[in-house]
Amino acid sequence: MTATTGATGPAAAATGAVETSARHDRNRDRKRSGRRKGAFLARRLGFYLVAGWSAITLNFVIPRLMPGDPSAAIIDQLERVSGQALPPATLVSIQGLFGNPDDSLFEQYIAYLGQLARFDLGLSIVNFPVPVAELVAAGLPWTLLLVGTTTVLSFILGTALGVAAGWRAGSRFDAILTPLTTFLSSVPYFWVALLALWLFGFLWGWFPLSGGYDPNLVIAFEPAFIGSVLQYGILPAATIVFSAFGGWMLGMRNMTVTTVREDYVLLAQAKGLSPARVRWRYAARNAMLPQFTGFAMALGGVVGGALLTEIVFSYPGIGYLLFSALQKRDYPVMQGVFLLVTLTVLLANLIADSVYVWLDPRVREEK
Amino acid sequence: MTTTALTARNDAARPVGSDTVLDVDGLCVEYAGAGEPVRACTDVTFALRRGEILGIVGESGSGKSTLITALTRLQRPPAVTTAGRVLFHPQDGEEPVDLVRLTPRKLRALRWTSLSIVLQSAMDALNPVMRLGAQFVDALREHDRSMSHTAAWEEARRLLGLVGISADRARSYPHELSGGMRQRATIALALACRPELVVMDEPTTAVDVVMQRQILAQVLRLRREFGFAVVFVTHDLSLLLELADRIAVMYAGRIVELASATDVYRTPMHPYTRGLRDSFPPLHAPVTRLEGIPGSPPDLRALPSGCPFADRCPAVMERCRTELPLLEPHGGRSVACHLHDEGIRP
Repeated sequence: MTATTGATGPAAAATGAVETSARHDRNRDRKRSGRRKGAFLARRLGFYLVAGWSAITLNFVIPRLMPGDPSAAIIDQLERVSGQALPPATLVSIQGLFGNPDDSLFEQYIAYLGQLARFDLGLSIVNFPVPVAELVAAGLPWTLLLVGTTTVLSFILGTALGVAAGWRAGSRFDAILTPLTTFLSSVPYFWVALLALWLFGFLWGWFPLSGGYDPNLVIAFEPAFIGSVLQYGILPAATIVFSAFGGWMLGMRNMTVTTVREDYVLLAQAKGLSPARVRWRYAARNAMLPQFTGFAMALGGVVGGALLTEIVFSYPGIGYLLFSALQKRDYPVMQGVFLLVTLTVLLANLIADSVYVWLDPRVREEK
Repeated sequence: MTTTALTARNDAARPVGSDTVLDVDGLCVEYAGAGEPVRACTDVTFALRRGEILGIVGESGSGKSTLITALTRLQRPPAVTTAGRVLFHPQDGEEPVDLVRLTPRKLRALRWTSLSIVLQSAMDALNPVMRLGAQFVDALREHDRSMSHTAAWEEARRLLGLVGISADRARSYPHELSGGMRQRATIALALACRPELVVMDEPTTAVDVVMQRQILAQVLRLRREFGFAVVFVTHDLSLLLELADRIAVMYAGRIVELASATDVYRTPMHPYTRGLRDSFPPLHAPVTRLEGIPGSPPDLRALPSGCPFADRCPAVMERCRTELPLLEPHGGRSVACHLHDEGIRP
């Protein structure tokens, strides 16, 4: 091993040798840490694959545990609703999802998996003969738009306010905002939503009362339609943010209060770093870790829709779809929505886990 | 005992002049609570020469940690500096600045380049989610905007090398290092911007005695190399005897004795200093029964009107109960004790 640096003096030779070996070490270390991260993620991925498979299988098993023959009941109901005999393809599809007493369980299971692979979730009873997949596909963009945006917004708003309040706990800002938010976030959501709808929609007429867009417009990607979507969306979105930011804020405030007292924040101040850097890179960055898990879970829940919001505002999303399906016992739709929600929550958890590994180096350690 | 420790300069307890890097005068720190404020530091006065190691020793609650957070202006509410000044004399002969009254912006520019700190627990002092090197890099680049990212990382690796941590560790996270490594890394971090003064708050309490010795040896070596002054706070007097040039003994928020390490070891003047010294077993002498100090420190909320040590003092006099002894010079050292007042002992 030779000295590779230009250092001179008695320590130089030793330093050089150390540095050469250090470079090898560094490469090896990087590889090792990369492999460790990879192994960690592979293990997690395996877990989620198993969980996803279980969810799909439960979705298969539960209808078959129902007494009697659920597919026969559904076919009866469909024939009654439509007043005609169902085409054979539809019969096969329903029996695939809800069980065909003539086939063995294994054959049914294979057929069921095949249908899922083709996104065939059966036909809606209420909106016969619209496929469930189509109903879900129609509601999904509305829910993703409304609930997705408001979830991200309330997380950002709540977290930023939480850092501000926790950074100077006991300041006037904190002393006013924190109790106020505690109060506001304990008001039941449906009440906030109804009050907002009554005030701004009914009494003052600033916003439309229900729906996701002006029914007189054609659904198209053009300014008039987008404007109407915004007009219809603002009130439900505002109620969601209003009710949700408080939870994020209180969580972040409390984590920030404890993190600010950490020695590494003190040392960052002692280093003369800018206050913004100390606050965000040292205090908020660390205080955010538990907050982040909650955020990932909330994102997973987005697909399930904001049930109460969509009901109060008759918003055409997944939540509203599920609500009407529940009212009218539209089992295929319920099944489809549940499966979608389960799989999305799993996916969100997987993403949260993976990002957490990247956010917090300490969880990369092998247990 | 190392030879370095005993080469302590035995001159005036409070030197003033161009040789001085820090001049603390009448510093008082209070904790403002719901009721009467509690005074944790009272009338603390001392001066620190360039390159000198001043040890501050005291029991828990003696005000030593309060003192260093006040010195570095890192105190958090409810601690408030109510009186006194902390004059910092920059090396290049510029006007001294009073750290107590400096604007936050000017203070921030002074931090780390002139005045840095090593905290007690290295585990907590390093940001757990940042690579070790990155915590050097942000300090380096904050104070030298012209330094490139690559150069800053190179400098971080060099600094780690100074305390015997191999350069590849710069990419590690704090939890991947041993306790001793972390503590040495925080010392290297404190030296990143070549400060003239490093304040160390019990940096060796969290490590075992072997690592403790290594760290102390490194501090002495680095001080020789870079010439920074050190304020070293600890509850372990035996450690200071080996490390410090001068030692300030704190009791109930006041400095009760300030003398060279040699003098503190050989001829402690304050009964409390003597008690502290006699509480440690000598390394090179036959083991004898150790003398402790009976009693416990007074409640800072209800200090007696006289000497706060009176109740525990083996040499207490009538006067001590009523009259507070002040820190007075005594031939190159200072002590706050009526035993050494003029007229009582020549």
